[in-house]
Amino acid sequence: MHTFISPVLWQFLVKWLTHFAIFPPEASGIAPYTDALYFYLVAISIFGFVLVVLLVTVFSVLYRKERSPEATQIEGSTLLEATWTIIPLALFMVTFVWGALLYFRIFNPPTNAMNIYVVGKQWMWKAEHPGGQHEINALHIPVGRPVQLTMISQDVFHSFSIPAFRVKREVIPGRYTTVWFEATQPGEYHLFCTQYCGTLHSQMIGTITAMSQQDYEAWTAGSTSGMSLAQNGERLFASLGCNSCHSGDAAARGPNLAQVYGAKLPLSGGGYAMVDDAFLRDSILNPTMHQTAGYAPIMPTYQGQISEEGLIDIVEYIKSLHSNFRIQQTLNTSQVQNAVQEGISGAGHSGEAAAHPASAAQPKVVSQ
Amino acid sequence: MSSTIVSLPDQTTATLPKHTYLNNEYGLKSWLLTRDHKRIGILYLITITFFFFIGGAMAGLVRLELLTPQTDLLAADTYNKVFTMHGIIMIFLFLVPSVPGTLGNFLVPIMVGAKDLAFPKINLLSWYLNTIGGIMVLAALISGGVDTGWTFTTPLSTHYVNTHVITAGLAIFVTGFSSIFTGINIIVTVHRMRAPGMTWFRLPLFIWSNYAASILMVLGTPVLAIALVLVVLERTIGIGVFDPTKGGDPLLFQHLFWFYSHPAVYIMILPGMGVISEVISTFSRKRVFGYTAVAFSSVAIAVFGFLVWEHHMFIMGVSSYSALIFSLLTMLVAVPSAIKIFNWAATLYKGSITFETPMLYAFGFMGLFTIGGLTGVFLGSLGMDVHLTETYFIVAHFHFVMVGGMLMAFLAGIHFWWPKITGRMYPENLSKLAALVTFIGFILTFFPQFILGYLGMPRRYAAYPPEFQVLNVLSTAGATVLGVGYLLPMLYLTWSLKYGKIAGPNPWQATGLEWQIQSPPVVENFLETPVVDYEAYDYEWLANKTRNEVHTVG
Repeated sequence: MHTFISPVLWQFLVKWLTHFAIFPPEASGIAPYTDALYFYLVAISIFGFVLVVLLVTVFSVLYRKERSPEATQIEGSTLLEATWTIIPLALFMVTFVWGALLYFRIFNPPTNAMNIYVVGKQWMWKAEHPGGQHEINALHIPVGRPVQLTMISQDVFHSFSIPAFRVKREVIPGRYTTVWFEATQPGEYHLFCTQYCGTLHSQMIGTITAMSQQDYEAWTAGSTSGMSLAQNGERLFASLGCNSCHSGDAAARGPNLAQVYGAKLPLSGGGYAMVDDAFLRDSILNPTMHQTAGYAPIMPTYQGQISEEGLIDIVEYIKSLHSNFRIQQTLNTSQVQNAVQEGISGAGHSGEAAAHPASAAQPKVVSQ
Repeated sequence: MSSTIVSLPDQTTATLPKHTYLNNEYGLKSWLLTRDHKRIGILYLITITFFFFIGGAMAGLVRLELLTPQTDLLAADTYNKVFTMHGIIMIFLFLVPSVPGTLGNFLVPIMVGAKDLAFPKINLLSWYLNTIGGIMVLAALISGGVDTGWTFTTPLSTHYVNTHVITAGLAIFVTGFSSIFTGINIIVTVHRMRAPGMTWFRLPLFIWSNYAASILMVLGTPVLAIALVLVVLERTIGIGVFDPTKGGDPLLFQHLFWFYSHPAVYIMILPGMGVISEVISTFSRKRVFGYTAVAFSSVAIAVFGFLVWEHHMFIMGVSSYSALIFSLLTMLVAVPSAIKIFNWAATLYKGSITFETPMLYAFGFMGLFTIGGLTGVFLGSLGMDVHLTETYFIVAHFHFVMVGGMLMAFLAGIHFWWPKITGRMYPENLSKLAALVTFIGFILTFFPQFILGYLGMPRRYAAYPPEFQVLNVLSTAGATVLGVGYLLPMLYLTWSLKYGKIAGPNPWQATGLEWQIQSPPVVENFLETPVVDYEAYDYEWLANKTRNEVHTVG
């Protein structure tokens, strides 16, 4: 063949065609389920299309004017019409049920899923692992273990799509959305932003690297930033002064946060709320939205003061908070330091310091 | 059951009538101030053709850019502006007014046996609003473009882009009123101005489907207007309805937008279905199989069309239970479309079929719309939608319905009623070629996009991974063929205005009232008020009438 066309063109064609994709890799636990439904839908589509084409062609041949100069007028037929109402309806109902089951499979994560946070912003994906590993436009995940992503956008709508895993979820400003998957094949896969998000939308892409468990552990150990999300959160918690009210004391002005995650919290307006990531985030930005029963609505809003990454850190910290011991400890430390500072600078600011005990503590949080 | 033979009239003896709506008055002023629904229909035809070719040029640029994986022809921001303009122009300035504005305007009064639409001045106003909106869109385009996509998704459109969103938003607001006025006009005309004897179930199916589409226009368009005004207010004075930092909800915009924009696809496709009913019946010389089922399926589509908008938002964190309901309703809305397709196919049974150009376009419609409709079921199925939404699959599905369906129907209708509108025939062989070229070009352009979509190629991408190139090259090649297919009718139809064979009143021997009057019609449409004493598509009546005519003349 290549004797007939120029070798350069031949090479180009070969390269072109070897890159040619026609079906995406099946690389997650969900993918085979999605593909099964897809093939069912393709089958009924082919059936429907062939049927229509066949009817039109056969009738066109049989009843063309030359062969059938006289048209026979027919009103209609209730039986036939019922047939082609009920059969498509039945096929579509099967599609509906099948699709609904798949939808719940795709969006209900198993309880043992490991959580990774993703922040979308124009035009990059930032992934934050609980261990403090940060990645831009890349995500490393272990094979054979369910992974849940808790995602939020810092600006416009984005959409997190991994075609090889057949999952996709909108990433929305001001609201956490989640998606989960379990990679089955090690390899590198496309990550796309599929919701149009502005000028460089088509460059908001990345690579998903699925690795074996050992490789993943090696990668995690090798790319840590030294501080886990919860540790960052602890620092923020103290520096923003959260600990002064949420100290866990019986007389504290804010509710106790130890083990609050996952709890059912009574609200002041009556009713209960499940404490999840979204609840915690909302309560920081818009504290009166879900006011906990028994507490006065005095918490100020932190809207505009914390980045989405910062919120994730605090949320992760509160999730990990099993006792108030360390909060008390930081508080004591900062009070001791306040006293020391006041001792140094004179007693002039004592009133202010009492009102904002954290403001003075900011740079000198002692942990460990 | 009874049989009828309908033979086509001898066109060599046909002459152009002396007095028609075309030569009643002359000069630009007589056109721009006309209240004649037929002339307004032609004004619409001119403007939508103009916008179609601008929108088509934009589509050409998009396809050329996608010939290679890199952004080498257009920079990313230019690409975004081009596809945005393509969408805005094609949807709001071509598809929505296409059949209701041109054929609907021209034919609805004649088909029901009236002199004009109920509100002729409002009809003219609606053309002006459409044109003003079109000029505003062009102004936005020339002054730098808009890059929000035709969906104006917030908060991108309200806070993050710095292009002419306000101009474009107001332009669509203005064209929206044009659409509302056309809708009101058609509804009132069908209710109040039917000729004696023209009962609801003697109405041609074209009227039923335009009536259903008009209801959607009148009830849906105000919601789009509200959504766009809120976007404009958000941009100008920051009212915060869609801004989460002010307690607003960015998803609310999409609820409002799709509450209109999903019914909008039925606004676009229903009148096209009406055209197909007329064409299939005429060229198989048979009453449409199951007339009532087809008529009510139009109404069913209009009703269910309002209750499915959330299927555009399945992955956006909406409640799973509401997603279930909307998925179920989406499955239900697919059924009336299936009924129509099978009824049209059954109409052919025991007919006496000829294959003039409108029939070829109608066959094209049936094939492509079947694929378009069935791929809609893929997207309405919850779990499948997760993988397919926001990819080229949705682009392909939408174009199969809108271009393969609606545009084919529009071309079928234009060819079918061209003799009535102009009094002259189009060149038959050339137009058959155009229909074939369009069909082949269409399949080549949009079929590969289904495969691209399943591979996961996102829509609205100026650049893409290299393994998607082969399919994109096929698609671009197809677009070139498709372009030829659309230019051909433009050229030969213009040619036929002067050189086409004279058509005579009823060249197809069709049964509609519009075919019982001269072509082109007189200004008042009918010399005397028609009295309808026969059913729609009654070819027996027509055969008798023709026989009697011969007797009286002889």
